[in-house]
Amino acid sequence: MISAHLPALQVVIPLLAAPACVVVRQSTLTWLLALLVSWISFAIALTLLVQTFFNGPMSYELGGWAAPLGIEYAVDVVNAFVLVIVSGVSSVVLISAKESIERETHIKRTHLVYTGWLLCLTGLLGITITGDVFNVFVFLEIASLSSYLLVSLGPDRRALTAAFQYLVMGTIGATFILIGVGLLYMMTGTLNMADLAQRIPGVAQTTTVRAGFAFLVLGISLKAAVFPLHYWLPNAYTFAPSAVTAFMAGSATKVSIYLLLRFFFDIFSETFSLRTMRLDLILLILGVIAIFSMSLVAIYQSNVKRMLAYSSVAQVGYMVIGISLATTTGLTAGIVHLFNHALMKCALFLALGCIVFRLNSVDLKDLAGVGRRMPWTMAAFVIGGLSLIGVPATVGFISKWYLVLAALERDWWWLAFMVVASSLLAVIYIWRVVETAYFKTGPVANTEEAPLILLVPTWVLIVANIYFGVSAVDTISFATRAADQLLSTF
Amino acid sequence: MTTIGLFNYWIVFVLMMSGLYIVIVSTNLIKKIIGLNIFQTSVFILYISIGKVSGGTAPILVDGITLYSNPLPHVLILTAIVVGVATTALGLAIVVRIHSAFNSIDEEEIYTTSD
Repeated sequence: MISAHLPALQVVIPLLAAPACVVVRQSTLTWLLALLVSWISFAIALTLLVQTFFNGPMSYELGGWAAPLGIEYAVDVVNAFVLVIVSGVSSVVLISAKESIERETHIKRTHLVYTGWLLCLTGLLGITITGDVFNVFVFLEIASLSSYLLVSLGPDRRALTAAFQYLVMGTIGATFILIGVGLLYMMTGTLNMADLAQRIPGVAQTTTVRAGFAFLVLGISLKAAVFPLHYWLPNAYTFAPSAVTAFMAGSATKVSIYLLLRFFFDIFSETFSLRTMRLDLILLILGVIAIFSMSLVAIYQSNVKRMLAYSSVAQVGYMVIGISLATTTGLTAGIVHLFNHALMKCALFLALGCIVFRLNSVDLKDLAGVGRRMPWTMAAFVIGGLSLIGVPATVGFISKWYLVLAALERDWWWLAFMVVASSLLAVIYIWRVVETAYFKTGPVANTEEAPLILLVPTWVLIVANIYFGVSAVDTISFATRAADQLLSTF
Repeated sequence: MTTIGLFNYWIVFVLMMSGLYIVIVSTNLIKKIIGLNIFQTSVFILYISIGKVSGGTAPILVDGITLYSNPLPHVLILTAIVVGVATTALGLAIVVRIHSAFNSIDEEEIYTTSD
């Protein structure tokens, strides 16, 4: 039965398609192949999500070797949800990628974009689905190496330095994870996540396990761009090709946050990681600093893409705050924001992709008057921006609402106040773009609206922003199930 | 653990810190990659040391021997070495392209010319 092998196919199909892209070379064909493979992955992820939601967790033994010794792919509601986010974002963005990438990348290199894209997808899906910590490292490096490649293919020459910077930081992060895994193996003799969870409590008091935990948290936080480890992110997002930025913004940091959840709540217990190691306090402080400082920095950016990149670091702050609360509501807020932020940032970066396609610039001063020339693109940007701010009837509101609820559950009025206050900063930086685009006049008189193939994916995501903002029952019920499951595994 | 047993870990520690130091301090991009390599090598030694069982031989089935070293960390680190090689290759490739785009591989020179 093919359906029994879905967890393996989820990773294997994009992995096999990537070298095929190098062989094919022809730009349109590689794009079609990548698009097809991505949608197949999306279909598999949706099937897995439905199956795990109704039938409980699945376990797949790779190569027929049983779990503690062999590599296990373990699918439950938490990672099936993330699989859907990653493959969904990739599939929608890829539709618009063809035009946008052909415009921004040298024609001889376009097939490399799709190769890197599929490898990155493989890596991200692999990190999410695997139940083996060393396998996490391997997939993490597959995803990272291909994203350095994707960033370096950006149109500006500064993309190269951004990619190099990302490579250095990313390698340090990944090596930290490797050290952490090694130290855990030293004390427990196992690499399987479920097995580790059983054996760690016995040795949790040793310095080795604590050092291993510290290395893992630092390494993963670097990948997730948790403030203040976000140094690589603004440059990488700014100079990567627009479609790549949209893909990475909607998937890469989300997967790292998922990994953080997995390590905090499943492999180590909630008591160990948040109470004993005091990470609840550390993450809360870092999260609050992130949402304020990064939103303030975003306000002062003249490059709109860089502005949204800083805003992404701020948004990771909200997720981290949700995790640090360690209640069902707090975790629900964090997980649902994972999904919601993927929707809104991806939509915003796609809208910017449309602007780059016509104007060849995302500098604020070049955007003057673009609201009248490209009404659909800018309308999408405005709705995406409203969602980012957290206006009711958009997904952003749902995440903020749950975060505020979680803060109030703890009687932390100050935190609820800060979440709302930081949203006002988002109003300022979104307003700067809106003001320039609609109320100033500039030399964009000959600009036309972006082509349909770029507009349609953008609007698909915008409609999703509104749809999941109005009827959030489905996402909330998935997220609550996931949060309960993470908190219940002691 | 004996002093000899801890010796490996001291080497790991020294290599790790010197590698990180080179990555942070040097402005030459090639030197940064060298630092990164030293940093990664320290982790390779860490894994290899973990696998050693005192008194154990190489894990090959031979009559009369019952104590073997643990081969798993060695296999794991083989994978990590491959990853390290790939990272170095990609890093060097990017440096080559940086050199042709900026005519320099010194970080400070690049940042002063690029804005």
